[in-house]
Amino acid sequence: MIHSSLLASSGGNVFSSLLQGVAPEGVPIWAISLGAAFLGVGILVAFVSLVAMFSVWLERKVSAHIQCRYGPMYVGGWHGWAQTIADGVKLLLKEDLIPLGADRPLFMLAPAIVLGAIFGALVALPLAPGFFFADVDMGLFLILAFSSLTTIGVVMAGWASNSKWSLYGAMREAAQVVAYEIPLGVSLFVPLMVAGTFSLTEASAAQSGWFGMHWFIFQNPFMLPAFIIFFIAALAETKRAPFDLPEAESELVAGFMTEYSGIRWSFFFMEEYAAMFLMSAVGTIFFFGGYHSPLTAMFPESATSGVLYQLVCAGTIIVKSFAGVFVMMWLRWTLPRMRIDQVMSMGYKYLTPLALACVLGAAIWETIFTGDSL
Amino acid sequence: MSEIKEPTELPTPKTVEIPETARTLPSGEREFMLDVSTSDLEINMGPQHPATHGVMRILIRTDGEVVTGGQVHLGYLHRCAEKIGENVEWLQYLPYTDRYDYLSAMNNNLGYSLAVEEVMGVEIPRRATMLRTICAELNRIGSHLVAFGTYGLDIGAFTPFFYCFREREWMMALFEKICGARLTYSYIRIGGVFNDAPTGWLKEVERFCDVFEEKWQEYYDLLAVNHIFVKRTADIGVISPEMAVDYGLTGPMLRGSGIDFDLRRDVPYMAYDEISKAGVFDVPVGRGEKGTLGDCWDRVYVRLQEMMESIKIIRWCLGEIEDGPVIGDIPKVLKVPPGEAYVGIENPRGELGHYVLSDGGKVAKRCRVRGPSFCNVAILEALLPGTFLADSVAIIGSTDVVIGETDR
Repeated sequence: MIHSSLLASSGGNVFSSLLQGVAPEGVPIWAISLGAAFLGVGILVAFVSLVAMFSVWLERKVSAHIQCRYGPMYVGGWHGWAQTIADGVKLLLKEDLIPLGADRPLFMLAPAIVLGAIFGALVALPLAPGFFFADVDMGLFLILAFSSLTTIGVVMAGWASNSKWSLYGAMREAAQVVAYEIPLGVSLFVPLMVAGTFSLTEASAAQSGWFGMHWFIFQNPFMLPAFIIFFIAALAETKRAPFDLPEAESELVAGFMTEYSGIRWSFFFMEEYAAMFLMSAVGTIFFFGGYHSPLTAMFPESATSGVLYQLVCAGTIIVKSFAGVFVMMWLRWTLPRMRIDQVMSMGYKYLTPLALACVLGAAIWETIFTGDSL
Repeated sequence: MSEIKEPTELPTPKTVEIPETARTLPSGEREFMLDVSTSDLEINMGPQHPATHGVMRILIRTDGEVVTGGQVHLGYLHRCAEKIGENVEWLQYLPYTDRYDYLSAMNNNLGYSLAVEEVMGVEIPRRATMLRTICAELNRIGSHLVAFGTYGLDIGAFTPFFYCFREREWMMALFEKICGARLTYSYIRIGGVFNDAPTGWLKEVERFCDVFEEKWQEYYDLLAVNHIFVKRTADIGVISPEMAVDYGLTGPMLRGSGIDFDLRRDVPYMAYDEISKAGVFDVPVGRGEKGTLGDCWDRVYVRLQEMMESIKIIRWCLGEIEDGPVIGDIPKVLKVPPGEAYVGIENPRGELGHYVLSDGGKVAKRCRVRGPSFCNVAILEALLPGTFLADSVAIIGSTDVVIGETDR
């Protein structure tokens, strides 16, 4: 009894089955589940850190090449690949500075909440059919809920810093996220209706087929506008240009991060890149075929439970997600920043009604052409 | 000698009752607020702020995102340039002129030199005039490139800044070849220029002009007509033509409001009379293409067009230049005959005026500078109320102030 309930709560993921295979006789089943949970957390933290570090390096390189520069070239030898590691060590060694007038507990808690929320969101992200930290039925719901939790951390940071610029950043973040959460969620209804599930693993599995012809983006004509709305809303959600108003460095110095330094500051930084990856991954899973690619389509049916297949799937999803991250970076280094009232009116006046129209159109389309009764 | 007296009684500090709810800070002080007002927030923008382009401090009052008032505080970079001008020899003051508007040092040199030359009544060789014109116009391009690039930064676009600096780098390399310095040139001297252009320099200037004309299109396409950029700058910070005249604006700020006035054409100095009569360059003025006449976009676009006009002037000078001496008959120790002169020149930012008064000695009796940024920045207080916080940054950027010159 313990076995099934605990396994169900930890999602029965790859780690617990892995541990079950290697555990000697007599180890209680709860210890295996607990061990699997810790292992999962450890791997998740390592994965997020790696993703964030690689994204930071990528951003520096992308921005540099867009701006006729080289970017980091020395640390680590090959194109400065170890630059982020060196920077991370530097940030760790910096003085832990808390301004005198700051609200100390909140000031210290805010980066933890921001980073914790993004970890929580990434838990529900499957990388391959058998490689996930938790297979949650309402995976998408969980991701959206957790990723909006980061806003609370940001508002907390802005308030606790006791700086007017920080407060401005926090207020902007709150207003912006409230405005863009709606189109973000609503635009995802369109692929959800086709997939018929909130689970990311199932949605991903539903898009199999030769050379991406079953990707949701090709399913009906409302998918592309829905994806564009989703992408714009995701940019606003992750505070990326042209919606980087909460940190707007030419206006608000550094927005909500003004008073932060050292490792606390780097938590916000990591969160930003992890959130970019997360949003791209969600876009990948719900619009661009998840872990399916021509490469995975070449595997015969019998090989789909093998480790190699899982690795190829995970690689596919990571590559696709980084393609999204690259587009986000590209936009950042190309576009000017919008103004807060323009951001607001775009969210409420255009994106939200458009997203709703897409949902309606897709619903009608699906009813007529696929005959599913929604 | 007067003794310093100890104050007999100290003013008694006002006693304030500390409320029960006051928080104890780590330093032991109790923190609380009196008369908490929730309507307005006073923010110090600067002296250390990315949008103020140096050490300008703007005290802004905001109601949420809306700026309800702004006050400009200057003087953080004051170096007594004018007073120094009355204490050092005529020629020794020249390097100080580099330092006020450090983005257009050539033009500063030129303004001061022309003023002193007018008192002296010295003849300037033709080649020197042409070299001066080329350098001044090249420097105008460089200065406008910084203005345009940093304006992109203010609006949030990073990349155009680097493209602008790429071309500016070439401009600075050209100046390095001709005078050895990259920012503070002191190349244009009283009586002419410091030395002749090195071999092949004029050819390279011509090549710069060719390349620049292509790159100019890049800036235009990338930033000036970018939809978000236009949305952010059109109809923002509108200066009506009357207001522009009333506030004594000059340069692109004035022309952005549609007033067709350029000292190079209307009060010509050096060879500009000849150049404008030959119809070499036009004076671009704001036309309110993307919004209202005199908005931020017009000012930015006037600067952008002026770069191309400068290129035309440089090309004309390259065609006219002939061999000859580059400096007039100037003694080593300069003694300026008694007299006074005011010469205003068209600096990239507006009218840079030098007034010099000589009593016949080796040192100026009076050396007064009329800085364009100093006069242009005054309009900020009229423009800021009622704008968004982000717009205020756009407006400050569009005035293109150089703090070195407002403070001098």
